[in-house]
Amino acid sequence: MAGVTLPPAIAGWFAARGWRPRRHQLEMLDAAEAGRHALLVAATGAGKTLAGFLPTLSELAERPAEGLHTLYVSPLKALAVDVQRNLLTPIGEMGLDISVETRTGDTPSDRKARQRQRPPNILLTTPESLSLLLSYPDSFALFAGLRTIVVDEVHAFATGKRGDLLALGMARLQRIAPGMRRVALSATVADADAYRAWLAPDGDIDAVTLVEGEAGAEPDIAILLPEGRVPWAGHSGRYAAEQVMAEIEQHRTTLIFCNTRSLAELIFQDLWKANALQLPIGIHHGSLSREARRKVEQAMADGRLRGLVATASLDLGVDWGDVDCVIQMGAPKGSSRLLQRIGRANHRLDEPSEAILVPGNRFEYLEARAALDAVEAGALDHEAFREGSLDVLAQHLMACACAAPFDEGEMLAEVRSALTYSALTAEMFARVLGFIRDGGYSLRAYDRFKRLTQNADGSWRVSHPRFIQQHRMNAGIIVEATMLNVRFNNGRTLGKVEEAFAATLSPGDTFFFAGLSCEVVRIDTEDLIVRATSRPARIPTYGGARMPISTNLADRVRGFLWDRDQWARFPDDVREWLEVQDYRSALPKPGQLLVETFPREGRHYMVAYGFEGWNAHQSLGMLLTKRMETMGLKPLGFVASDYSIATYSLEKVTDPARLFSADILEHEFVDWVQQSHLLKRAFREVAVIGGLVERQHPGKRKTGKQVTFSTDLIYDVLRRYEPEHVLLRAAWADARAKMTDVGRLANLLDRAAETMLHVDVERVTPLAVPVLTLIGRERVATGLADDALLIEAETLAAEAMRID
Amino acid sequence: MVRFSFAGEELIALRAGALFWPRRRALIVADLHFEKASWFARFGQMLPPYDSIATLADLTALVAATEARELWCLGDSFHDPRGCERLPAKAREMLTALTASLRWVWITGNHDAGLIDHCGGEIIVEAVVDGIVMRHEAEADETRPEMSGHFHPKLRLNVRGRNVARRCFVATPAKLVLPAFGALTGGLDAGHPEIVRAVGPGAEALVALDDRLLRFPLAA
Repeated sequence: MAGVTLPPAIAGWFAARGWRPRRHQLEMLDAAEAGRHALLVAATGAGKTLAGFLPTLSELAERPAEGLHTLYVSPLKALAVDVQRNLLTPIGEMGLDISVETRTGDTPSDRKARQRQRPPNILLTTPESLSLLLSYPDSFALFAGLRTIVVDEVHAFATGKRGDLLALGMARLQRIAPGMRRVALSATVADADAYRAWLAPDGDIDAVTLVEGEAGAEPDIAILLPEGRVPWAGHSGRYAAEQVMAEIEQHRTTLIFCNTRSLAELIFQDLWKANALQLPIGIHHGSLSREARRKVEQAMADGRLRGLVATASLDLGVDWGDVDCVIQMGAPKGSSRLLQRIGRANHRLDEPSEAILVPGNRFEYLEARAALDAVEAGALDHEAFREGSLDVLAQHLMACACAAPFDEGEMLAEVRSALTYSALTAEMFARVLGFIRDGGYSLRAYDRFKRLTQNADGSWRVSHPRFIQQHRMNAGIIVEATMLNVRFNNGRTLGKVEEAFAATLSPGDTFFFAGLSCEVVRIDTEDLIVRATSRPARIPTYGGARMPISTNLADRVRGFLWDRDQWARFPDDVREWLEVQDYRSALPKPGQLLVETFPREGRHYMVAYGFEGWNAHQSLGMLLTKRMETMGLKPLGFVASDYSIATYSLEKVTDPARLFSADILEHEFVDWVQQSHLLKRAFREVAVIGGLVERQHPGKRKTGKQVTFSTDLIYDVLRRYEPEHVLLRAAWADARAKMTDVGRLANLLDRAAETMLHVDVERVTPLAVPVLTLIGRERVATGLADDALLIEAETLAAEAMRID
Repeated sequence: MVRFSFAGEELIALRAGALFWPRRRALIVADLHFEKASWFARFGQMLPPYDSIATLADLTALVAATEARELWCLGDSFHDPRGCERLPAKAREMLTALTASLRWVWITGNHDAGLIDHCGGEIIVEAVVDGIVMRHEAEADETRPEMSGHFHPKLRLNVRGRNVARRCFVATPAKLVLPAFGALTGGLDAGHPEIVRAVGPGAEALVALDDRLLRFPLAA
C-alpha cells in the first residue's frame, strides 16, 4: 500500500484486537489521501461502514477540528443501532474526540436548530433531511468546510427518486464545498461503473476510484422440496410450513423472507399452526406500526426470537440478531436481491451463509435453480438508471430558492452536473421553474400569487416567507397511499392499510394483520377499528409493490427449457412436466416466444410465455384483450404471472401474430394508460413531490366536510386544458418505467414479431397449468366498464333488499 | 334519459350531475365552486386555473343540449364571495354570455354568501318554485318538498374487487340533494351520517347513466 499510515490511536485499536486493516479499508484511505472520489463495493460483513469512515477518523485524529467534516447519508431512518456498533463504539475505543450526531425527521426541532449553528464533526442523515438542510440560508456556512460525503447502501436507492434528490443535493454541496470528496458504499452490484458514473460530478467516471472488497465464503444454498415434490400451483411455498418450522427449530435464529406483505401474514399463520414447540416467532413488514416493528427488532437484537417472517422491509441495513439461516418463501425474483438477503445470515466473511429456497410451483422451482446458479456464477441483476424526475427537480429547486436567490444559468449548470440530469434542456429547466413560480400554465392567471419572483438582476427568489414554511412542511419523496390506521377499540394501533383496501371491507369482515385474525368493528375516516377473532380470515391485499422477475433470472429460466442437459438436475416431477410439455406442445428456444392456444370448458385459451415479469405481462393482458375486443374475439379475461400471460375468450384466436404486433404500443397503450388509474396514481405522487398540492398530514384530515381536493380531478382538468404540462410529463415517465414496465413489454413484442412459435393443441398443456391456477384474474371490462359494474351492484342491492 | 318523479313533478337526472325539469325547461345544478383553483393558488397551491372554464364549458353544453330556459344554481357557485372577481377573462365571457341567454338564478350558499359581482343573473337566498323549496343546504325540519346541494354526495362501491365512485343524487320522497357540478369539487360519501341526518331515513342514492337511473338504498 502506497504510503498509507494510520494514526497511532487507530493503528493501536486494530492491533489491540489482533486485527489488521483489510485491503479495501486501506485502499479507501489511499483514495482519500489522493483526494479522489471512491466507490466501495463489498459484501455484507466486510467492515464496509468502517471502511467508509476510516479516512474521516484518520484525518480528524491527526488534525482535530471544529465544524462539520463528514456527512453520512443513508436511505434508512433507523440508523442508531447500526451506527452505534460500526462508528460510535470504535471511536470510543480509539479514544478519539470526534462528535457524531444523527438528523432525521424524528430528531427534535431544538436539536436540529442547534445542529445548524454548532454542527458535529460527523452528521448522519437521510436524503430528505439533507434536502431540508439545504433549504436554510445558513447551509452555506454549515457546509463550507465539508470534506466528505459518504453515501451508504447506494445500490438500494440510487436509481429511484430518492437517488435523484441526493444527486441534486450532492451537486449543491459540491458548489458550496468544491473540495468535497464523494464516497459511496454498495453491496455487490452487476455494473459498478454505472454507480461510479452516478456518483461522479459531471458523470466523470475516471474521477471515482473503484474499491472492491474481498469475496466472502460461498453461501450454502439449498432448495427445499418436501418429499421431493413441487406443487403445480401456488406461488408462496405455503405447503412447506412444517419443514420451515423444522428449520427454525434446528437453527439459532431464522429469517423467513416473503415477497409480499399479504404472504408474510399468511406464512406467519401457517408457521404458527405448525409451531408445536411454541417457539417465539415474529412478523415484520412495512404496514405494521413503527412501535410494533421496533419491538420486533429489539427482540431480534436481544436474541429473544427464533424466527422472523419478513418482507423487503428488512432488505436494507440494520444488522441485528444472530441470524444463522435465511429462508426465501416463493421465488427469489432476482439474484442480487437473493444474495443481499442471504447476506443477512452470518456476518462473518469467512463462514458461509446458510440459505434455503422454497419454490411455490414448478416455474418457481426453475427460477430458484436459476437464482442459485446465478449466485454461484456471480451473475447479478442489472439496475436500470433513468433520467432524473422532474417532480424531484422541482422540489430541489424550491429548496435552493428557500436558502438563497439563485441565477438561472448557474443553477442549470449545477443541476446538469448530476448525471441523471445531464441531458436536461434549458427549455425544460425553464418550464420546471415556471411550474414552481405559478404552476407554469399557459393561462397566466396567477401573476399575483407567485411563489418565486425574479430580482432586478434576474435571479430567482421566494416571494414570501410562508412559501418557505410550506416547502419545509411538504418536502419529501415518499408519498404513501392514503392510509387508515388499524387499531383496537382501546386505542392500541396495529399498523396501517391502504384506504382502497379498507373500502372493500364491511363490519364483520375478517383479515389477517400483524399476525392476528382481525374482525372489522367499524370504519371511520382515519381508522379501521378491529377486534381479534378466532374466525378464519380472508387474504388481505394491502400495499407493497410486487417485484417482477429480473431479466437475468428470466434468461436463465428460458435457457433451462431448451437445454435438456440441465433437466437431469431437476426433481422427477419437474423433469416429467417438461418432457410431457415437449411431447404435447413445444418448448421455446431462448429468444423465441411460445404462444399456445387450446379450448377448455367452452372457452378458448391463449397462453404466451414471455418471461418478462408480472408488470409487463399485466400490461400486455390489458392491451391484448382490448385488441381482441376490436377483432371480435369476445375476450372474457386474462391472468398474468412472472412467466406467462393467459387470455380466455369466447372465440378462438387463430392468428396470434396479429395480436402481438408492435403498433399495439402506439395505439392501445396510450389509450389504455390514459384511461386507467395508473396515470392518476402516478400523477398523485408527482403532484405531491413537485409541490403542486400539500401533503395530507396524518391526523389533520377533516372529518365530515370534504376540504381536500382529489388529484384525480386536477388531473382531469389538466389533461383537458394543458396536456403538455410538466407534471403530466413526469407522471407519464413514472407510468412507463415503474408501473407498466414498457421496456420489457417492447422486448417481448419485438421477439414476437421475429420468433413467435404458435402451437394449437386440443387441450391444456403442462406449462399452462401454473398460470391457469393463479388467483387474481382480471375480467375484461367492456365498453363503459364502470357503468356495467354499477348496474350489477344495483341488481345485487335490489335482490338483497327484497322482502318476500 | 329516464324520468323520475319527485314531489309530483317529472324530473330527469343527467349523467353530468345536473337535474332537468322538462315542464319548466329548467336546469338545476349545485356547488359549482367557480375559482376554487385560484383560491388555493393564493396560498401557494397552484392548481390548474381552468376549473371555471371547464365547469362553464360543461354547463354551456348542457344548456344547448336541453334548450333550457332557466338555470338554477343551488349555492356555493363561487368558492368564495370574491371568486367572481378572479374569473379569467375567458370564463367571464362564457358566464356573461350564459346568464344573458336564459333566466339565471344564483341561490347563495355558505361559500358564496354575500356574493356581489356575479356576471348577471338574480341573487337570492332561497326560493319556492312550484311548491318546491330551492335552497343550498337541506333543513331537517323542512316539511315542504325541497331541492338542495351543499353535501357533494358521491357513491362509492366496491364491485368485483374494483372501487367505483360516482357523483350521485340523494333522494327521499320529499328531499332531493344534488351532487356537486364543479370540475374540482370532491365528494362526500352518500351514506355519510351528516347527509343521512339532513335528509332523514329511507334515502336512496341515484346514479344517472346515459339510459337509466340506478337506485341504491342508503343505510339509515
